[in-house]
Amino acid sequence: MARVIVDVMLKPEILDAQGQAIARALPRLGFSGVSAVRQGKRFEVELDGPADEAALSDVRKMAETLLANTVIEDYTVTIEE
Amino acid sequence: MSAARVGVVTFPGTLDDQDAARAVRHAGGEAVPLWHADPDLKGVDAVFLPGGFSYGDYLRCGAISRFAPLMEELIPAARAGLPVLGTCNGFQILCEAHLLPGALMRNAGLHYVCRDQGIRVETTATPWTSDFTEGQEIVLPIKHGEGRYVADPATLAAIEAGGQVVFRYTGGNPNGSLNDIAGIRNEAGNIVGLMPHPEHAVEDLTGAPSTDGRAFFTSILKKLVNA
Repeated sequence: MARVIVDVMLKPEILDAQGQAIARALPRLGFSGVSAVRQGKRFEVELDGPADEAALSDVRKMAETLLANTVIEDYTVTIEE
Repeated sequence: MSAARVGVVTFPGTLDDQDAARAVRHAGGEAVPLWHADPDLKGVDAVFLPGGFSYGDYLRCGAISRFAPLMEELIPAARAGLPVLGTCNGFQILCEAHLLPGALMRNAGLHYVCRDQGIRVETTATPWTSDFTEGQEIVLPIKHGEGRYVADPATLAAIEAGGQVVFRYTGGNPNGSLNDIAGIRNEAGNIVGLMPHPEHAVEDLTGAPSTDGRAFFTSILKKLVNA
């Protein structure tokens, strides 16, 4: 059993209206020193077997097909230690 | 001669299918209900993808619907030239299915916007807009939280140069959409997506801001009868 993490973030050139709203809210709540916030999604994918190259390749395919819209988003795949 | 048959798709969470079917009938066509789980286009001559919150907008708007069994039939048919119109959530589904370029994102102001919106018709070179005139200013209802059209600079330049921008917002951009884009078409022109709702603007009786939506349906029916 292994857990693979897929992080999906908007591409840097895409305006993240939600991230901006969060960044604007922080000073009002007394948090200073934050220059920007970007919001993304994290998927925790539990595998039946080990996170070998074949399984990772499948997870990347999942990310490409469904988890991320690669028109607007980038994704990274990492194995949770 | 039998009436042209326009399929109207219902996904779980679709809202506007009944209005769309009524608008098709109002224009003299036959509305054929299509079900997301049934991979059968029932031999329709065109397809209307209505708005709503299909699959609860889970993951991203339209991301799950794009893989519905019906879409396995619709995607190749649309690529082969079947006329398809997607409004609101239907537009989002067409983008997720990569039948139209770009994507629709959360409104720049983050608020859900529901209002009567001025729109300019930029091209009549689609089977859904032939009854308009180029540059015509119309008013349609909009109601969406995720209608900000985005595309990378190269794609945006290509759709502008290729005349693929079909509708632009006038009198203020409601959602931060790039270049005020309200609707686009594919390169071939048979697939059109827009955020505004023509199906809610076909009858005075319902308090619609106009009956400008009628021309979408008369356009497609003329096209199908003459085909």
